[in-house]
Amino acid sequence: MLEIKEIWKTFNSGTVNEKQALRGVSLTLEDGDFCTVIGGNGAGKSTMLNAVAGTWTVDEGSISIGGVDVTHLPEYKRAPYIGRVFQDPMLGTAPTMQIVENLALAARRGRPRGLRWGITAAEKEFYHQMLKNLDLGLEDRLTSKVGLLSGGQRQALTLLMASLRKPKLLLLDEHTAALDPKTAAKVLELSDRIVAENHLTTMMVTHNMRDAIAHGNRLIMMYDGKIVIDVSGEEKKKLTVHQLLELFSKVSGSDEADDKLLLS
Amino acid sequence: MEFLTALLKSMPGAVGQGLIWGIMAIGVYITYRILDIADLTVDGSLATGGATCVLLALNGVNIWVATLCAILAGMLAGLITGLLHTRCGIPAILAGILTQLALYSINLRIMGWGTATGTQATLPIRVDNYALLVSSRHIRALGLNNPLLLLVLLVAAVIAILYWFFGTELGCALRATGSNPSMSRAQGINTDTTKVLGLMISNGLVALAGALLSQYQGSATIDMGRGAIVIGLAAVIIGQVLLSKIFHNFALKLLSAVIGAIIYYIVIQIVLRLGLDPNDLKLLTALVVAVFLSIPYWKGRYFTKAVRKGGNVHA
Repeated sequence: MLEIKEIWKTFNSGTVNEKQALRGVSLTLEDGDFCTVIGGNGAGKSTMLNAVAGTWTVDEGSISIGGVDVTHLPEYKRAPYIGRVFQDPMLGTAPTMQIVENLALAARRGRPRGLRWGITAAEKEFYHQMLKNLDLGLEDRLTSKVGLLSGGQRQALTLLMASLRKPKLLLLDEHTAALDPKTAAKVLELSDRIVAENHLTTMMVTHNMRDAIAHGNRLIMMYDGKIVIDVSGEEKKKLTVHQLLELFSKVSGSDEADDKLLLS
Repeated sequence: MEFLTALLKSMPGAVGQGLIWGIMAIGVYITYRILDIADLTVDGSLATGGATCVLLALNGVNIWVATLCAILAGMLAGLITGLLHTRCGIPAILAGILTQLALYSINLRIMGWGTATGTQATLPIRVDNYALLVSSRHIRALGLNNPLLLLVLLVAAVIAILYWFFGTELGCALRATGSNPSMSRAQGINTDTTKVLGLMISNGLVALAGALLSQYQGSATIDMGRGAIVIGLAAVIIGQVLLSKIFHNFALKLLSAVIGAIIYYIVIQIVLRLGLDPNDLKLLTALVVAVFLSIPYWKGRYFTKAVRKGGNVHA
């Protein structure tokens, strides 16, 4: 479903701030894979997700989603294939627009937008039912401005928007990092549910090793712009945080990185 | 008493000007409030609208067609600003200034079309010789030729069309672009296209206001748009301060910009009657806008006791 081949990305090339963020990353996800991505700050996790989403284009290598080469497509042209939830709850929704208007925008992802009504009566009823089933307390606030919602509600809404038109790939970029633990757990649970119900191919970046182990069928760890650990299937099911740390110090060749990872 | 009679007599004129500038203020509302761009093209495109309309009318073109062409000329100006911003990466405010400056020369050329020198700073048109849509000559007339009637209808039509447009898929995409560009791109919206479109619609309305204004006052002039952005902002802000508590519907929000413009011109009439030198008007306008723009900031900074949940909620 997703095929990343040898992608490279350098920021601020030729200056003192030069940073090789991705150094030859390759990754293939099969249909229905749920891959968690971990790594310390600056390891390249979010950079890899942004490369796939098309925030900018990569320097070298290629990316294809569901057989379509998207390497040179701008962000908005990749949107039909990709659902996205950002780390910052503010980024995923339009705060000055209503809840239903946000959903209606997402329902039209990847379709030409013309002079038909931006939202229909049948749609409103559908969203009402959908929100009711999710039990987020949003079904009675359909016409509230999204700017009035809490961070957790916004992330839940963004998740719904990302999956409303079934994407070929769902990208979750530390989408629970800005939430309190209780809300984070709820949003993660909702993510699992949506991924399972829609059979979505998913990549989830997280700082939390336990979450990375508990969710998905595959786990990769990044270090210094490369994928250094890749476990899946039975091996991943049996993985513990302790083992993961050991694996990491072996691959990276240092013990101090343990603290860096745990603290971050 | 004499003061009051004189003031009352000047009211129809103030309302007429307010309605024309209200259309301009709606244009400013679209860029400033919906797209979150301060577009300075308007100072130039207002005069472009006036110049285009008068030139065509003087050459025998039907006045409705001439007004329509003025709108198209304004949209073209908006297109240039939009392309400078999105295709050339120039900050929106600077892109607007560049177009505005270029339009100064272009407007001189439009008004000087067919003359010996090729440029001209004023282009008069007499309501006696041409069937103009609106004229200040009839502002106190008690008949169908009173310009207020047509202006009210035009304002209503503009609001109705925009209300419809911003409810469509494309209009929603435009609103989303102003509200959150990164979310819009993630939802497959080409934010460059929507920005350009918004700038075109806005400047089309501003040029319509320019076309009406030049007919109303009987001439197009090169400096008729000087400071237009500030007047437009004043109208938007006055309307918002006075009416945002009661006007929640989108059409009513557009209407509040028009009402803001009318109030602005009534206040101007009052201060002029009270003896203010007309040359000090722009200073006064700038001060009023500066103060009103500062109020939300000061409020947030000095008068907020506890941090409110949910951040800023004013739309």
